[in-house]
Amino acid sequence: MATMSMVQAINSALDITMERDQNVLCLGEDVGYFGGVFRCTAGLQEKYGQHRVLDTPIAEAGIIAAAIGMGVNGLRPVAEIQFADYIYPAFDQIVSELARLRYRSGGEFFAPVTVRAPCGGGIRGGQTHSQSPEGIFTHVCGLKVIMPSNPYDAKGLLISSIEDDDPIIFFEPKRCYNGPFYGDPHQQAVSWAGHPKGEVPEVYYTIPIGEAAIVRPGSEVTVLTYGTMVHVAEAAIEKSGIDAELIDLRTLLPLDIDAIVESLQKTHRCVVIHEATRTSGYGAELIADIQEECFWFLEAPIVRVTGWDTPYPHAFEWHYFPGQERIIEAMKSTLET
Amino acid sequence: MTDQYQSKLVIPEAPFRPGDKPDYSFMSLPSPNESIKPDCMADPAEMKDLAYGMVRVLDDDQHAQGAWDPQLSIEKLQAALEYMVKTRIYDDRMFRMQRQGKLSFYIKCLGEEAIAVGQAMALQFGDMLFSTYRQQGLLFVRDRGLVDMMCSCLSNSKDNQKGRQLPTLYSWKEGNYFSVSGNLATQFSQAVGWAMASAYKGEDHIASAWVGEGSSAEADVYHALLFSAAYRAPVLLNVVNNQWAISTPQNMASGGTTFAARGLGFNLPSIRVDGNDLLAVYAVTEWAAKRARSGGGPTFIELFTYRAEAHSSSDDPNAYRAKDEWQSWPLGDPVERLKIHLIERQQWSEEQQEELEANLTKKISQAWKEAESFGTLEDGPHWPLESMFDDVFKDIPPHLRRQRRKLEM
Ligand SMILES: Cc1ncc(C[n+]2csc(CCOP(=O)(O)OP(=O)(O)O)c2C)c(N)n1
Repeated sequence: MATMSMVQAINSALDITMERDQNVLCLGEDVGYFGGVFRCTAGLQEKYGQHRVLDTPIAEAGIIAAAIGMGVNGLRPVAEIQFADYIYPAFDQIVSELARLRYRSGGEFFAPVTVRAPCGGGIRGGQTHSQSPEGIFTHVCGLKVIMPSNPYDAKGLLISSIEDDDPIIFFEPKRCYNGPFYGDPHQQAVSWAGHPKGEVPEVYYTIPIGEAAIVRPGSEVTVLTYGTMVHVAEAAIEKSGIDAELIDLRTLLPLDIDAIVESLQKTHRCVVIHEATRTSGYGAELIADIQEECFWFLEAPIVRVTGWDTPYPHAFEWHYFPGQERIIEAMKSTLET
Repeated sequence: MTDQYQSKLVIPEAPFRPGDKPDYSFMSLPSPNESIKPDCMADPAEMKDLAYGMVRVLDDDQHAQGAWDPQLSIEKLQAALEYMVKTRIYDDRMFRMQRQGKLSFYIKCLGEEAIAVGQAMALQFGDMLFSTYRQQGLLFVRDRGLVDMMCSCLSNSKDNQKGRQLPTLYSWKEGNYFSVSGNLATQFSQAVGWAMASAYKGEDHIASAWVGEGSSAEADVYHALLFSAAYRAPVLLNVVNNQWAISTPQNMASGGTTFAARGLGFNLPSIRVDGNDLLAVYAVTEWAAKRARSGGGPTFIELFTYRAEAHSSSDDPNAYRAKDEWQSWPLGDPVERLKIHLIERQQWSEEQQEELEANLTKKISQAWKEAESFGTLEDGPHWPLESMFDDVFKDIPPHLRRQRRKLEM
């Protein structure tokens, strides 16, 4: 075991899969010589050469299209989109091509592409370095969508993603790249050292796609979230004294509905949290699923805590970000019903 | 593990990386006398050489030479120098404020000042500017208030963008300066649409758009080329080739030839110009603007320069490029070059330069104090909190009203 940041864990996953399979290669803007603007591919070009860790032109549609072509021709490309906010130029290639290739060809063709993209706010990045567009991609049939919250999961899930034959959109909550973030920007930043999920095996291991994790067992209310908000929720639960069960979904699609139903059979109450905007967000889908599966044993309306339906505002970042107070209030409101 | 592939790919490489000693002697730089200056309505087929050569006016001794000399008045040249120095001192101050934690982010344009300044001076105020984050000089030429620019960077109570954008992504409708996007290259084809509207309405205003050479890889740039060529839209399409796109060298996007050459495939007049030569930048822009205004349509311009600073305040270029690249840059420093040109003509002196710098430094310091009095990003005051929900739509729909009420609770 070693202590790793999420950046190092991602780097380790890439390193190990490249070591094991010559068909794995990385491509993206500034990922090669420089090792990525967040350093996730640092050292890989030196180790595996310029031909396997490709710097690309600044053209996201080109990056994804090339990755699809490579995938069709037997490789397992891992494409980095420098910020999730810059994935939109590639939208057509992802939605109309990558996601549907297997289906439209009757199973003849597929492209095992993993698209990595740092997402989320809390870094004073303004509206074009802060977005959480996961809900846009879970709406597309044919994509698996993942967002780990910590180094241990990030490594295991990234290895699984690269080995998976389906296209994966792998969102990395950049606010937690170097340490868990509990939602208070005035608190001193902490590193992953000392956090149990910052202990990461240096060797190969996988975490299955489609499995949620119980972060904290509890009996009063089930809190469902993923990414950075896992840590914010954990801190909120601790502060509130409420005996909440916190579930880190980890994989958004396919969803581990069984884990959710099991938890709700115990708690009968539920709060759904994400940093992304509210309307038609992933939380809406979650709530609809839960309603279908759990209606008869729910004792309170399910409550959502989300970003507001505005672009991410630079000056009001901390009013936008769904912090501990809003989570505590939501949990209380479900308990009062 | 499978057997090692023998890759036949060719990987574009930077000329120099950390540890190398930069030496640009491989670059062939034509003298100012080598470039022809065609009539501004000439057929693009007659000027293909301009895409592969380089329009220059200031020679190695900073004397003005050749067909492209715009013959600017001394007052104009001195004004240009002042705008460039102002840009540089402003950048320097704002970068230091970022380092002190007053700004979340900053982007300098050190070494590229002649581009925005020269081009803005050659355009008319009614022409619409579709800028990137690295043409702040456009704003100085159009006389945008220093305090207003700083307030925008501070996202404070006097920020005309209401605290919603990152520093350097300015917007200034009054000055015909389009809101800068964080998403690269999008403005390039929008500028063409703006120009099409201008022509459709029978107006004389033209549009001018900028994009970095790295961003020229985005599809938006091809859309701009084709739409402008197809409709002969009155627009200037400028690619600023400052050699680096963060850590990626220009040859990753060039295809191994000049950027200007790309315009030839669309049958556009395509000109490469020394971007560190204010006179050459002015002359080419003036030529292209006249062509556009006369119904000749778009011109594709590559401005050849060097990004002297880090990409942004979040970047450390020592990790990917050689030390002293800028010092070795054969086209020099645009501010020094214009200064020497004027001094050689006995129209400027080192004393005047020092005085100018001292005056501007003082002005900028005063402006900063005033800007700070309207608030800072961390401590405010900002716009009223409820303004966060304004402008998502023209009128606030019910669901946002509900959210606003919730936030205020
Ligand atoms: C669509 C999009 N992709 C990626 C980025 C991230 N990014 C910001 S600036 C930059 C480099 C741009 O280089 P270049 O176009 O050469 O302009 P320069 O910064 O050198 O002026 C990148 C990759 C972005 N802002 N938008």
